[in-house]
Amino acid sequence: MLIDVHAHFDHDRTGHADWPARNQARLVAGRKMGVTHHVASILGSWGHTSPTYFPSPTDLGYANAKMRELQAAHPAEVRGYVAVNPNHAAHALAEIELGQRRGMIGVKLAASRRADDPLLDPVCEAAARHGFPVLHHVWQHRRREWPSQEASDGVELCRLARRHPTVSFILAHIGGGGDWLHTLRAARQVPNVLLDLSGSGTDGGMLEAALRAVGPGRLLWACDVTLCTGYAKLRALGRLLGPDDLALVTSGNARRIFPAGAFA
Amino acid sequence: MIDVNVFLGAYPWRRIPGTSPEAVLRAMDAVGVATAWVTHLPSLYWKDPAEGNPWLYEVASREPRFRPVPVVHPGLPHWEDDLQEAAERHAVAVRADPGPLALAPTGVDMLRLLGAAAEVGLPVQAAVRLEDGRGRHPLDVAPELAPWVVRAWIRSHPRLRLVITHAERSFIEEVHWGSTPDEAARIWWDISWVWGPPEEHLALLLATMGPARFLLGSGQPLRLAETPGARLDLLDLAPDARAAITHDNARRLDPHAPEPR
Repeated sequence: MLIDVHAHFDHDRTGHADWPARNQARLVAGRKMGVTHHVASILGSWGHTSPTYFPSPTDLGYANAKMRELQAAHPAEVRGYVAVNPNHAAHALAEIELGQRRGMIGVKLAASRRADDPLLDPVCEAAARHGFPVLHHVWQHRRREWPSQEASDGVELCRLARRHPTVSFILAHIGGGGDWLHTLRAARQVPNVLLDLSGSGTDGGMLEAALRAVGPGRLLWACDVTLCTGYAKLRALGRLLGPDDLALVTSGNARRIFPAGAFA
Repeated sequence: MIDVNVFLGAYPWRRIPGTSPEAVLRAMDAVGVATAWVTHLPSLYWKDPAEGNPWLYEVASREPRFRPVPVVHPGLPHWEDDLQEAAERHAVAVRADPGPLALAPTGVDMLRLLGAAAEVGLPVQAAVRLEDGRGRHPLDVAPELAPWVVRAWIRSHPRLRLVITHAERSFIEEVHWGSTPDEAARIWWDISWVWGPPEEHLALLLATMGPARFLLGSGQPLRLAETPGARLDLLDLAPDARAAITHDNARRLDPHAPEPR
């Protein structure tokens, strides 16, 4: 079993005329790589009618519905996160309830509000009620504000994780930009934070350092946008890990933190 | 396979495992790379990069799977001697990365080196970047290579050949389609920074530019040795196109390459 815990799909209201081809490309490449499950979200309209990292409730509602359609169309391969914007608290909670009833398996938070802001607490409490992990977009060591997002780094996400010790947090894409060494220090002693290995970065030494920092029991293989770099990291993990530890990173840890039966 | 983008030696900005020649050879074996074009990485940051070249030549003389790409700094006195030595020692290329060497990218020194390398028949290699700009050390502020620089370089001498590594799709397209066919035919690009599905940047570039312009390159050990092979394996490439990228194009650039294993 090979679970990509950080995947994305597209839909017809994102302004991407090639959205069906992009969705199909992910599924086809995933089959070549041996991916058995894509756990995915759609961030609103991907900037078409509201900003990618500040999606409007209308765009999120549509995107989550499209995510559920994809899950229904590919029941063996696709699982959905409920993407929410915590600035719109009532809508976020309603989307999580709806998503849970319709078979979605986690919560996706992008960069609409700093991770340690109290507005995220009700979202995390809802995740705890349903046994959902929370996948949180992270900028590895945010030294300043970045345009187009209210990014958070590992220190800020770990503050949130300490307030919600029964929730598993997936710290997104340590290969996705920024200084992952800072993230490894931040997350080392926060056991309910797991690191996803996705992102376009395939820095030499990153996998070894992540293993030293948190061990194979808190790493999750993933791709995010670039499947080819995920594939490279999968091969490198095969070189670095024995079969038992490799199985943890590629599926065992995901099966532990997502709701029971999510990958049956 | 021939990996045209490999480094030996320590990196100044963070710990990198596997930088020794022996470790790089093991990594090459793990991914099926027979030959690597190698640069002494510290040389890119030393005040006199040529101080690293004797070690590089010595390593390459002991291990024929390494083809040396020495650094030549055209701002230093008698740099022409370093270029001449590279030619005499059958280096596969020389490199002068304006960012880390703090050279004006289209200044007199750089253009002199490009012209001289063209005259002795050595390709010039340069990296757009070595790391993602978002993750660099706060003191690592060397500017990245820009597409206009590469366009200026290739126009500077009619026989100059360039090998540009770590370039993304938009960079490659800006240079390729902003050059005459003759100019574009003298530039080769490695695939270390060109994304596969679902963006399909590599598939698009191969469809629009053809496989003759591309080389397999990883940037290892700063980047995973597995990356370019994984990228190619996600494409449905014809065998001759794959062979062009993995070794045929590189062999044509290297008349002194060892025989394939």
